[in-house]
Amino acid sequence: MHNAYFDALGAVTAFLTFLVTFIPRAVVQGIPLLFGSTGEILTEKSGNLNLGIPGIMYVGGICGVIGSFFYEQSLVDPAAMNGLLAVLIPIACCLLGSLLMGLIYCFLTVTLRANQNVTGLAMTTFGVGVGNFFGGSLIKLTDSEVPSIALSRTSEFFHRPIFGKAVTENWFGQIFLSYGFMVYLAIIVALVTAFVLKRTRTGLHLRAVGENPNTADAASINVTRYKYVATCIGSMIAGLGGLYYVMDYASGVWSNNAFGDRGWLAIALVIFTIWRSNVGVLSSVLFGGLYILHLYLPIGRYPAVKELYKMLPYVVTIIVLCITSLRKKREDQPPQSLGLPYFREER
Amino acid sequence: MSEKKREPLFHISKRGETPWYFAWIVRIVAIILALLVCSVISVVMTEKNPFEIYNYMYKGAFGRADKTLVTFRDVAMLLCISLAVTPAFKMKFWNIGGEGQALMGCLASAACMILLKDTLPSWLLIVVMLISSIVAGAIWGGIPALFKAKWNTNETLFTLMMNYVATQLVAFFCIMWESPKGSGKIPVINQRTRIGWLPELFGEKYVFGILVVLVICILMYFYLNYSKHGYEISVVGESQRTAQYVGIKVEKVIIRTMLLSGAVCGIAGFLLVSGNDHTLTTTLVDGRGFTAVMVSWLAKFNPFFMILTSLLLVFLTRGASEISKKMQLNEAFPEILTGIILFFIIGCEFFIAYKINFRKRTVKEETLNA
Repeated sequence: MHNAYFDALGAVTAFLTFLVTFIPRAVVQGIPLLFGSTGEILTEKSGNLNLGIPGIMYVGGICGVIGSFFYEQSLVDPAAMNGLLAVLIPIACCLLGSLLMGLIYCFLTVTLRANQNVTGLAMTTFGVGVGNFFGGSLIKLTDSEVPSIALSRTSEFFHRPIFGKAVTENWFGQIFLSYGFMVYLAIIVALVTAFVLKRTRTGLHLRAVGENPNTADAASINVTRYKYVATCIGSMIAGLGGLYYVMDYASGVWSNNAFGDRGWLAIALVIFTIWRSNVGVLSSVLFGGLYILHLYLPIGRYPAVKELYKMLPYVVTIIVLCITSLRKKREDQPPQSLGLPYFREER
Repeated sequence: MSEKKREPLFHISKRGETPWYFAWIVRIVAIILALLVCSVISVVMTEKNPFEIYNYMYKGAFGRADKTLVTFRDVAMLLCISLAVTPAFKMKFWNIGGEGQALMGCLASAACMILLKDTLPSWLLIVVMLISSIVAGAIWGGIPALFKAKWNTNETLFTLMMNYVATQLVAFFCIMWESPKGSGKIPVINQRTRIGWLPELFGEKYVFGILVVLVICILMYFYLNYSKHGYEISVVGESQRTAQYVGIKVEKVIIRTMLLSGAVCGIAGFLLVSGNDHTLTTTLVDGRGFTAVMVSWLAKFNPFFMILTSLLLVFLTRGASEISKKMQLNEAFPEILTGIILFFIIGCEFFIAYKINFRKRTVKEETLNA
């Protein structure tokens, strides 16, 4: 009797200890997805289905890498690195790069009214190409043995827990306080986006543009401007996801194609959260967890089962997609004009 | 400052009838502009003169007989998947799951090759492989279609997710059938016996597959333009309400068209495994499912123009990879060039459909400017 009690207690303690190590790993996996999905939510609310997000995240990452690479190279004494500059230069480069990508997308789809799916896919081809090309070129510049660039000194400033090392001793600190500043930035950006979309006049206008641009135009809302601004800001937020991945998650190591399919997963997360970026905060952790769950689940006699576990995030997304369309709740639907170009004289 | 609000600098209006060659002139100008931009970038990167670069590109794609054959093989594979997604696009069903549907075809073919190699003669095995690939692709395309038809589930996102489910499924079987143990790879299947391999035609590999795709291309042209099904597809694509009004069963058309779309993707998968690679990996389709979207759209859904657009894209990829090999550039270089050319071609469609009318200068303004 007594033994059984202690066994149960032991199991619970073991599980809790597991959670304390598992949750932080899920969080750092989820943050690039959170940046990506917040950016895409903002974009989709303006009626633009930007399938270029994976490419934009690559561009954001590589631009940050290029910026900090040249900053590190320009220093005579590496120890004298200015923390503020080390953080601000990559962020500025990343924002600039992803802004350019956003502008290309907007110019083609909004001004030239091109098909959004085709443009987005071309952006992804282009963006992944840009990332790998400049990544590869920088790797060659460094003449290193391994095919990657290590920006460990810059990464130090990104990776350092913002609340100090001391608070991460106990479980609470480990789960909530042990991350670099960009994790909290992602959460703040997601919450602010949700607030702006839901509670402000600008957000209302933006949603009107995404639902029915004709009506919005008739109410003297500048459709083109809203689409441009929302898509460009969305791209910049998504680009930060790429930067976070390289600088914090990967400890400043860029290697080609390492970012993988996270961009598509970010788009999956948009559907999973039914276009609500505040829901994305917790969902991204869940997705991050699903993404690495295959490392923890039992595989029995067949190691191949691991590959089936990796399917989980996508299967869950499909299920959510089906359920939302089955329930037909009006507030859970995608923006009505999603994917359609707008031309005032076309009725 | 005048009280009257000034007329904007330009306004945009839809073009009326244009002569048939107008669209092609715009497109060719766009491609030439894009090639100029690409060559400027290549020159900056390699510090060679642009003609040398075009020469390298040409050599990379058509330099030797075997290179030409591989180019045409790649064109055929891209064309096959592009043809597959086209009926769905014409219906405004954005099937970006060509990747997954073709991969399922690959999986079905490889499974037959591995599991049935000792029980069936080669020709029968090939037939079984073809049928199972078609079924596998059709199922993969049919699931999103069913949900779209019944509950209007967003097909772009659904088919996108199905790609990754297919990839993981293939990854699973790659490890199940790996050889040697622990490598995580399937070697060339039936290398010695060549059971389930497509036969060589005229003494060359790949020719059989290329001919199959050509036949599909011709059939698809007639299916889309001269059959009742093709007509129904275009009516549903133009307006679902009109289709309902004239008595077309929209649900049925959506599901039937996507089954066809998936089935042709399955055939592409079959050709990849049986005709080209004789193995199974997760990257066998190599992003063609996404490129096919662009090929099909750029060709305005016309199967014969798709031959040209897929040739253009394959030529670029192979040419640019030759440049990057010769000049020791990174292997991602082709993707950048492809992206730039696509931007130009995508953008130029605007100038075909719309006209920019500049404000007529008044005398007063001209004096002001002078």
